[in-house]
Amino acid sequence: MTDVILQMRHITKTFPGVTALDDVNLTVRRGEIHAICGENGAGKSTLMKVLSGVHPHGDYTGEITLDGQPCRFGGIRDSERLGVVIIHQELALCPNLSIAENIFLGNERAPRGVVNWNRTNAEAAELMQRVGLHENPTTPAMDLGVGKQQLVEIAKALSKRVRLLILDEPTAALNDDDSAHLLDLLRGLRDQGITCVIISHKLNEIQAIADSTTILRDGRTIETLDMTADVTEDRIIAGMVGRDLEHRFPEHEPRIGEEVLRIEDWTVHSPTQHGRVVVSGANLSLRRGEIVGLAGLMGAGRTELAMSVFGRSYGIGISGRIFKDGREIRLKTVGDAIRHGIAYATEDRKRYGLNLIEDIKRNVSAAGLNKLATRGWIHDNEEYRVADGFRAGMNIKAPNVSAVTGKLSGGNQQKVVLSKWLFTDADVLILDEPTRGIDVGAKYEIYSIINHMADQGKAVLVISSELPELLGVCDRIYAMSAGRITGQVTREQATPERLMQFMTKVKEQ
Amino acid sequence: MTSVGPTTGPSTAVPETTASEPAVLKAPDRFGGRLFSANLRQNGIYIAFALIIALFSILTDGDLLAPQNISNLVVQNSYILILAIGMILIIIAGHIDLSAGSVVAVTGAISAVLMVNNDVPWPLAILITLICGGLIGAWQGYWVAYFGIPAFIVTLAGMLVFRALTLAVLGNQGIGPFPDEVRTIANGFMPTYLGNIGLGPLDGADLLTLLLGVAFVAGIVITQWRARAGRVRYGQSVEPTALFVTKLAIAAVVVMTVIVQLARFKNLPWVLVLLAALVLAYSLLTDRVVFGRHIYAIGGNFNAATLSGIKVKSVTFWLFVNMGVLASIAGIVFAGRLNQAGPTAGNGFELDAIAAAFIGGAAVQGGVGRVVGAITGGLIMGVINNGMSLIGAPSEQVMLFKGLVLLAAVAFDVFAKRRAGTAR
Repeated sequence: MTDVILQMRHITKTFPGVTALDDVNLTVRRGEIHAICGENGAGKSTLMKVLSGVHPHGDYTGEITLDGQPCRFGGIRDSERLGVVIIHQELALCPNLSIAENIFLGNERAPRGVVNWNRTNAEAAELMQRVGLHENPTTPAMDLGVGKQQLVEIAKALSKRVRLLILDEPTAALNDDDSAHLLDLLRGLRDQGITCVIISHKLNEIQAIADSTTILRDGRTIETLDMTADVTEDRIIAGMVGRDLEHRFPEHEPRIGEEVLRIEDWTVHSPTQHGRVVVSGANLSLRRGEIVGLAGLMGAGRTELAMSVFGRSYGIGISGRIFKDGREIRLKTVGDAIRHGIAYATEDRKRYGLNLIEDIKRNVSAAGLNKLATRGWIHDNEEYRVADGFRAGMNIKAPNVSAVTGKLSGGNQQKVVLSKWLFTDADVLILDEPTRGIDVGAKYEIYSIINHMADQGKAVLVISSELPELLGVCDRIYAMSAGRITGQVTREQATPERLMQFMTKVKEQ
Repeated sequence: MTSVGPTTGPSTAVPETTASEPAVLKAPDRFGGRLFSANLRQNGIYIAFALIIALFSILTDGDLLAPQNISNLVVQNSYILILAIGMILIIIAGHIDLSAGSVVAVTGAISAVLMVNNDVPWPLAILITLICGGLIGAWQGYWVAYFGIPAFIVTLAGMLVFRALTLAVLGNQGIGPFPDEVRTIANGFMPTYLGNIGLGPLDGADLLTLLLGVAFVAGIVITQWRARAGRVRYGQSVEPTALFVTKLAIAAVVVMTVIVQLARFKNLPWVLVLLAALVLAYSLLTDRVVFGRHIYAIGGNFNAATLSGIKVKSVTFWLFVNMGVLASIAGIVFAGRLNQAGPTAGNGFELDAIAAAFIGGAAVQGGVGRVVGAITGGLIMGVINNGMSLIGAPSEQVMLFKGLVLLAAVAFDVFAKRRAGTAR
């Protein structure tokens, strides 16, 4: 057997109501680049958090051995001491601190508690040299682009004498040049004996760089592929999507009517990164009674597209046209969007969807409160009746509508969010990751609700990272990649492989 | 229950009322334990208030509840209580106002300049002063809501700016005296209309006042009873009848006691009438009006409120306008009571108002709080002030006790939330 640096055996990790990892095994050889693949929600990030001690020992079951030694990490510091360093998807630099300060954050070059700035900056410069970052060590991190910030993170990892470097989607936010540079750097680190575990959605990158690839699906290990043999993208896709579509979705016979919403040439710029185009020239149309999917990998611009349409709640420099029932409309605020019968149920219920300290009743009425009031005066008994109606109709499991939403399970929270939007009488519902963080049984209920919405003549746009879900629920599916709509397939034509090709299509010149 | 399982598919239309559902009506019993603890958390503040009153009644041999002292308590704390109403709304929305004391001073000064120096008729002067208060609030609301500067900074600046304006207007000296009508509002009492009924324990009480008190209590009882009946009709869970009746009875007795005591002294202070009207109006605003509901939504989850189409900026702006108007009412009352607008008026009032809100159950993160709670919080501090001065405690002890009560109240709240598992 070859030299194994890391073994994770029978790892199981549950969150309230959801099993994120189910008996996962992972073996990483010393000095290789090991890719981890899977759809969003397959458990990749959770697995890496277990490995790096973010989820400490005791939070999961199973065992981790590093160099043959069993490890029980109580936190990130424990894992870092053994040379396991994780770089998260969202970069964790302090924007106001210099590159050098960031590199040695928590690990200061400070004999007897006093920072030695000369040593700090000199050692930082050395590390920056190793990762190919040609900047002044005293430059604040916020003055760097995302690509260079990524390099700072890697330099930071190197400063901790990293042996096993974990990168969670390192190239998701990078442009092609920066990505290429980063991949070169990882090869260089491998040659220096550093083992890398890389989570990536970009299959061409995995093909280019990985020595082996482990595929996760629904919290389980599916297989580990040796990439030195000739592995095609299609082979990886087949592993990622699986073939278990039976009985997970309710039967539905669509009754599709005329077009209700059309978006033309929709372009959105990033509000935080100057000049970055997030959605580019998107065209999209929805018809009554139709469930339309929007597929795409992380960073493809799906949420950004939806939110910018929903009363410009995301983005700047938005251009394009929206037609509702054939007439052009302008949606400058969320209020405008709601008045025109458009609803957007967010992908992040807790941060953007619910007032978690309030009860079900007040969350259900939040967007349509004016319907329950005459001249600003709320009829609270009517409000109760409406909310209780949704509780019964949606099968929200709570003793009554005075239950605080923060205590409900993910599925029930999602039903509250959907109730809120149905109460606004919207006829176009954009549902962003409607089943994220929801267990399988509740997912079935949500799908039934979506079907029911369509049966009532509403147009539903489902944004999802789970291809089986889109294939099981939607009548038609758009695919996005890098801000563009790269393809459209009908239910009959749709296969996971075909969608994944659209979703991973890098811009064609 | 009708089984609306995943297979039958949900009904997304608003379904029929489920008033006849026995399961819903049984809810209070099934969840009785939880209901009780929730009640304790909500009502803890009132229990604490009762305990503090009991403590000082004993320590002062009952002087605390003497007619004249109750009257003093109300009048002395009225301006803090008025500020606390505005403050709790701002805190519910997740902001803070540090400038309230300075706004009290500057609006008091404006009213004095108008009434005393320029002989503007007093109703017009009050109107102009209220408008000035609203404009001050609009100024601060603009920076907070539309410019996006944290309220802490904006109102810290306001605290300095409006104090400076006060000094500029007054030229570092007091202006007075105020017209009699204004002094009466701030410091005076309702006249006795029907006279003394001269009966034993009600010795010296005005009959009309007593009748007003009875009418007021009857109004509370009837509206509460009808609201409860409405809930029952809609099949909502309500608190057990015994608890409901007990609470109403306690409230009625407390209100009548206070009114009788006040009637035995010099009758109801006008500020109490003003305050009662404000509390009633703002309680309705927060409980039953769309605008009030939006305040809670913004404080509870700003992003979710924005994505629900709530005009978060506009609501925030008007909250500060409202605070400015309430601060100007407090400014007039305070100046009228001292019969002079002074340069140091309102010093530290904002801190008392903030403390009142937090003792009264507001949450630092926003989204939680009630007007009645803030008033109770303000009264707790008032009783501590008053009771300790009655027993001759030095001011440092008063400060110490007030500080610890504030800390204890918030600590209890955090503890209760953690126990309930809703801590964020």
